[in-house]
Amino acid sequence: MIKIRNLTKKYENLLAVDNVNLEIGKNEVFGLLGPNGAGKTTVIHMLATLLKPSSGTAIVNGYDIISQPAKVRASIGIVFQTPSSDDMLTGYENLKIHAFLYGVPSFEREKRIQSVLDLVGLGERQHDQVKKYSGGMRRRLEIARGLLHEPTVMFLDEPTLGLDPSSRGMMWDYIKKLVKEKEVTLILTTHYMEEADHLCNRIGIIDEGRVIALDTPSNLKKSIGGDIVKLRPKSFPDLESLRKLIYIRRIELVEGEIMMYVDNARENIPDILRHVDADSVEFRSPDLNDVFIKLASKTIKEQGEGGYMERYAQYGR
Amino acid sequence: MRSMAGRITLFEKMYALWLREFKVFLRERSRLVASTFTPLLWLFVIGIGFGSVAMLPGGESVGYQKFIFPGIVCMSVIFTSIFFGSYIIWDRKFDFLKSVMVAPVSRGTIFVGKALGGMTSSLIQAAILLCVGALIGIPYSFVGVIEATVIVILLSFTLTSLGLALGSYMQSLEGFQMIASFVVFPLFFLSGALFPLDKLPAWLSILTSIDPATYAVSAMRSALLGVGDRPFEVDILILLGFTIILGAAGIFSFKRMKAV
Ligand SMILES: Nc1ncnc2c1ncn2[C@@H]1O[C@H](COP(=O)(O)OP(=O)(O)OP(=O)(O)O)[C@@H](O)[C@H]1O
Ligand SMILES: [Mg+2]
Repeated sequence: MIKIRNLTKKYENLLAVDNVNLEIGKNEVFGLLGPNGAGKTTVIHMLATLLKPSSGTAIVNGYDIISQPAKVRASIGIVFQTPSSDDMLTGYENLKIHAFLYGVPSFEREKRIQSVLDLVGLGERQHDQVKKYSGGMRRRLEIARGLLHEPTVMFLDEPTLGLDPSSRGMMWDYIKKLVKEKEVTLILTTHYMEEADHLCNRIGIIDEGRVIALDTPSNLKKSIGGDIVKLRPKSFPDLESLRKLIYIRRIELVEGEIMMYVDNARENIPDILRHVDADSVEFRSPDLNDVFIKLASKTIKEQGEGGYMERYAQYGR
Repeated sequence: MRSMAGRITLFEKMYALWLREFKVFLRERSRLVASTFTPLLWLFVIGIGFGSVAMLPGGESVGYQKFIFPGIVCMSVIFTSIFFGSYIIWDRKFDFLKSVMVAPVSRGTIFVGKALGGMTSSLIQAAILLCVGALIGIPYSFVGVIEATVIVILLSFTLTSLGLALGSYMQSLEGFQMIASFVVFPLFFLSGALFPLDKLPAWLSILTSIDPATYAVSAMRSALLGVGDRPFEVDILILLGFTIILGAAGIFSFKRMKAV
């Protein structure tokens, strides 16, 4: 469905997207994760033909984004990160205009508009001007608009930004239904890891314009290596003896806590506690947050690894 | 070859974009009130203040207020049309434009839809002014009103194109406002809306001859008062030439406009 080849975008002296190569298959729900400014929106804008790549290209739905932009546009739907409805018009009017722009046939128009409005729960407020909507209602209107022409590839740039938990849950259900019934390929970005975990069958993590990880959520979680054990030690721990334990893969000191990646934590915790005197112990299997923090965020990485010696010294005092 | 169905959807897309402009226009009443007020001020304050008698090209004399009335109608078109260009900057600011540009709609269609919206605002304002004209005794004929409508359509499309082309290059509203003022006032003052053009020095005549509004004002005088600087048909043909050139410039500038 989507083949991205050496896609690059340069702004004056900034490489926003740096030689990205990706293939996304039919009916996939692909999650694009990454910290603020990583280049997610820039990638989506290029794929949606709104922004010209500095070099490289992509094939979307069989069409080249550079040489066949019109064909690409007709086959994709998009929900932008920032609201883009006309707030002088009503929700209904916004949808109607877009139904025309996408050439939704006249006999389908009303039906489609009402069905997407119902879906996002705006049926009752459809004749209010958008400027009277709350932030979440505007968001829902954007999503309704993106679905209106039943595209085969859909880009969702932070689709649930600003939605309350129950609306978010509803949106998830709908996205799943959409993929199953309409056979849509979805590319979504999000900062909610549980959302990515719940919806996506593959995830690409992007940082400073480069793809730094690409796999299924479960493989990404496995790549962390073992479970995550957090200890709050009573006194300064004997790190050397902890390091010798072969089932501990990694040790980090964060804010007075020891964080360890441990194989088979349930069995090994009693042994660990023989080496450290701890006030509290908790362990859990890793989630995407852990993956994200480990891989994506340079600043957090520096605190965890690069700043290791300083923290170690601090701890000793 | 474009199919019949394809042509229908093309018009539907244009219609949708126009409809949006029209609805916004109807909802922003203050916009209508403000932009009708200025021409009325000119008509009644300048028109009566300079209560002297001006000579029509034919030598026949009418009151100054009647003399400037066709020019004031054109003035309202000039201001509304050029400043309409600021709405493309708004559309970009609020990302509405992005949502249109990502739809399967050509830039040319987007441009025409928008320009038709601007044209509609101008037509409505001109209609209001023509009603006021009846009060000050402009001798309307049926044909004259039709002719006036044609002039307003051509002039407003021409200048809306210019305004939108300018707007498509500008990032900020303030910047646009500045540039637009530099454009609007010369267009208006050089058009002959306020004084006859036949006694001007040569260098000024050159400037007036490249002002599309000059031909609109002259044609409007033919239509409403029966006497223009040139035959009505000549004015209309020249105006049509400007419409085509500036319309093309507008489409070109929309094609090169960045979406994000
Ligand atoms: N028009 C522009 N001119 C210059 N730099 C830009 C422009 N647009 C984006 N950038 C830069 O490109 C980089 C990537 O931005 P982008 O919006 O793609 O990030 P993102 O991953 O979507 O972030 P977020 O999670 O905050 O939405 C950022 O460093 C940003 O400052
Ligand atoms: Mg973004």
